[in-house]
Amino acid sequence: MTDVLLKVRGLKIGATIYPPGEKSREIEIVHGVDFDLAPGKVLGLIGESGAGKSTIGLASMAYGRGGVEITGGTVEVNGRDILSSGLRDVRRLRGAEVTYVSQSAAASFNPAKQIMEQVTEAAIFQNKFSKKEAEERAVELFRKLGLPDPENIGSRYPHQVSGGQLQRCMTALALCPQPDLVVFDEPTTALDVTTQIDVLAAIKEAIHDTGVAALYITHDLAVVAQVSDHIMVLQQGAMVEYGTTDQIINAPKEEYTKALVSVRSIDHEEKQPTDTPVLKVENITARYKGTDFDVLKNISVELHPGQTLAVVGESGSGKSTLARVITGLLPPSQGKITFDGRELTPDLPTRPLEDLRELQMIYQMADTAMNPRQTVGTIIGRPLEFYFGLKGAEKQKRIQELLDEIELGDGFQDRYPAELSGGQKQRVCIARALAAKPKLIICDEVTSALDPLVADGILKLLLNLQKIEDVAYLFITHDLATVRAIADSIAVMFQGEVVRYGPKSQVLSPPFDDYTDLLLSSVPEMKLGWLEDVIANRKMESAGN
Amino acid sequence: MHPIVKLVAQRLALGLLLLFAASILIFAGTSILPGDVAQQILGQSATPEALENLRRELGLNEPAITRYFSWLGGVMQGDLGTALTNGRDIAESLGTRLSNTLFLAFWAAVIAVPLAITLGLLAVRYKDRWPDKVISAVTLTTISIPEFMIGYVLIFFLSIQLPQLINGMEFLSDGVRNWMLSNLRFSSVALMNDSMTLIEKIKSITLPIMVLTLVVLAHMMRMTRAAILNVMQSAYIETAELKGLGMLKIIRKHAFPNAIAPIVNVVMINLAYLVVGVVVVEVVFAYPGMGQYLVDHVAKRDIPVVQACGLIFAAVYIGLNLVADIVSILANPRLRHPK
Repeated sequence: MTDVLLKVRGLKIGATIYPPGEKSREIEIVHGVDFDLAPGKVLGLIGESGAGKSTIGLASMAYGRGGVEITGGTVEVNGRDILSSGLRDVRRLRGAEVTYVSQSAAASFNPAKQIMEQVTEAAIFQNKFSKKEAEERAVELFRKLGLPDPENIGSRYPHQVSGGQLQRCMTALALCPQPDLVVFDEPTTALDVTTQIDVLAAIKEAIHDTGVAALYITHDLAVVAQVSDHIMVLQQGAMVEYGTTDQIINAPKEEYTKALVSVRSIDHEEKQPTDTPVLKVENITARYKGTDFDVLKNISVELHPGQTLAVVGESGSGKSTLARVITGLLPPSQGKITFDGRELTPDLPTRPLEDLRELQMIYQMADTAMNPRQTVGTIIGRPLEFYFGLKGAEKQKRIQELLDEIELGDGFQDRYPAELSGGQKQRVCIARALAAKPKLIICDEVTSALDPLVADGILKLLLNLQKIEDVAYLFITHDLATVRAIADSIAVMFQGEVVRYGPKSQVLSPPFDDYTDLLLSSVPEMKLGWLEDVIANRKMESAGN
Repeated sequence: MHPIVKLVAQRLALGLLLLFAASILIFAGTSILPGDVAQQILGQSATPEALENLRRELGLNEPAITRYFSWLGGVMQGDLGTALTNGRDIAESLGTRLSNTLFLAFWAAVIAVPLAITLGLLAVRYKDRWPDKVISAVTLTTISIPEFMIGYVLIFFLSIQLPQLINGMEFLSDGVRNWMLSNLRFSSVALMNDSMTLIEKIKSITLPIMVLTLVVLAHMMRMTRAAILNVMQSAYIETAELKGLGMLKIIRKHAFPNAIAPIVNVVMINLAYLVVGVVVVEVVFAYPGMGQYLVDHVAKRDIPVVQACGLIFAAVYIGLNLVADIVSILANPRLRHPK
């Protein structure tokens, strides 16, 4: 075996884009990247969306997704240049020497085939193992990855196992042919934080035990710090910094890396509750039509003017449903909601205009929350007309004020959503909510779809606006770092119930209930050895019980 | 109960309900047809008394509701009534006609369905390259030409021109030519009787089979192509590509099983067409099937026959669509293997 498994030199990758109304054109998305990877080592590729991480990862399999094409440079695997070899040779490499784990295992498994067949397919097809050997290997990997009932889980269909389990199956799929290199493309990003830690530990152990080399792609530096030997920081298709994990985390050289390391360090002083809450939710129980299951069970929380209540929980805990009940989209089966001293009617159509105006909402996907055919000015101007009847110069003046507030300068009024970046889009959505001069804004995972640095900017903006406009936020999120940064009080939700509720300082200090403890200890921390510590702690605890 | 059993039972019940509704429509539709059967049978010179007597005999004076239920009751027991025009038992004469139509439809389907799906798969494999374009161009051309036209064109070339061409090939020995003449004979009239062997029957309907195949090919081929291309966008196709599998294997193993539902639907619609839509082809080739039978009796205002044919066509249509529905349900792994 050579001592360099993967050798990348001057890698350039281009794509054809089709801007609306214009001619298609070629752009370069990766501008000459070099790196080496030794056998059995793990290299973390980190950067924000659009940095070219996945594209570089897939290039090590000579694969370009969609219209993406490798335009220059060399990629050598085990000493062979794979870019100049024909499709037949590339096919012999894929699934045999280099394998791939995608972000969404749920989409990457064929829904019509049993898991075992898919996990062993490449190993058998590439003549690495016989069917029997491959299946024994798969069971062994299932066991190693901590999947329940490893002998029989392979006979299930993808929809019959949970998301976290499927992600482990995907790892088994990648390891089954005994490859030299596995490309992990954000393998834990789509998982809940408590699931992520187990999958991460399983992946790390599997890498260690099989001695396979890996490219680990993620936008979360804290996650990559747990698994990789070296880290390469990428920004807009170029390398910013390369070093050992220890050096990148503890002594970053470049400004950009420093910013990534110090992300989520907003200090926010908790405010004291006032006499009269702006929103009072009492004993709310709700279920969706046609189901016999309560999604919300007896929920009671309060939110005070100019403050932030963070509702935290994993997917399926009922936090977005709570927002739907408050906004009147889902009438509750029991309980009442008091807003600014008056009781809200349960369903949206019966609410007076004033209630609608004072209760605004910002969504996770800013993309789909805006009409792509309207300009920013029209989007922000609409609530001004609708609630205040503003017209002409008066309206223009107000739009400009709002744009200034969200720190977007001149010239944004006439732009369309497609011409904005992700963070700018979310800012426009914030301005649209502010335009109604609301007393309460419900923020539903507003930073989840954004890169860490951009999300930080949005959080700072929201805090700043809260000071100026004295608006209250009901902040729904699954991300505890965001909660620390923005909340005054916190409600932790689990399976439709509030399991812990109170001022931030109290909720985040011990003694914890079991669920909050699990949630808090699962958030990756940016230090080496964190994963091992947590796993060791949990093992000790379960041994103690 | 397994959810699939429930779903399938639901579909079956719905199918029966639909058939019942169709029977009402057929009966109502034929009742408001203009013209008088008695007049049609007895001719213009019949006396009013004779007309009145015949009407009473045929039960035409009863209220529509009574007639409907006595008709439906008969149908339930397999009694489709007797033809007004010749007094024969409808079920009996319909039997041979229907079996002829089904025979033709069956052989057309045996050729057209696998051919269409294979062409669809090939079109995906060579998407936007020349094989795809040729397949699309040819099938779309044949679907755009009226059936009778295709029929006559085939008769012209294969029944008339081909024997002359073979006769003209003097470089071949007489033996070879005679062999070719007797084996490459395409009859322009699709005869059908009980004394023929299976091979003779199939030979006799070669041209109608070709016409029907050309007519239904495009629809099924295009749908197969579209359904599979849709599936090809999925992330699990990328997974398969990254396992190093070849394109044809990916299409066959990973894309096709997930495209079955839409493909089965379009196949069933076309099968139904092969049974109920063959009137034109039957006329062109003078084939003694249901279509001709129906057309003849519409012209004669023989209401019971029209009703019986309508009901059988409706049953075929509903039945095949039911099969498509059930196959789609069975093809869905989420329903087949619930959590």
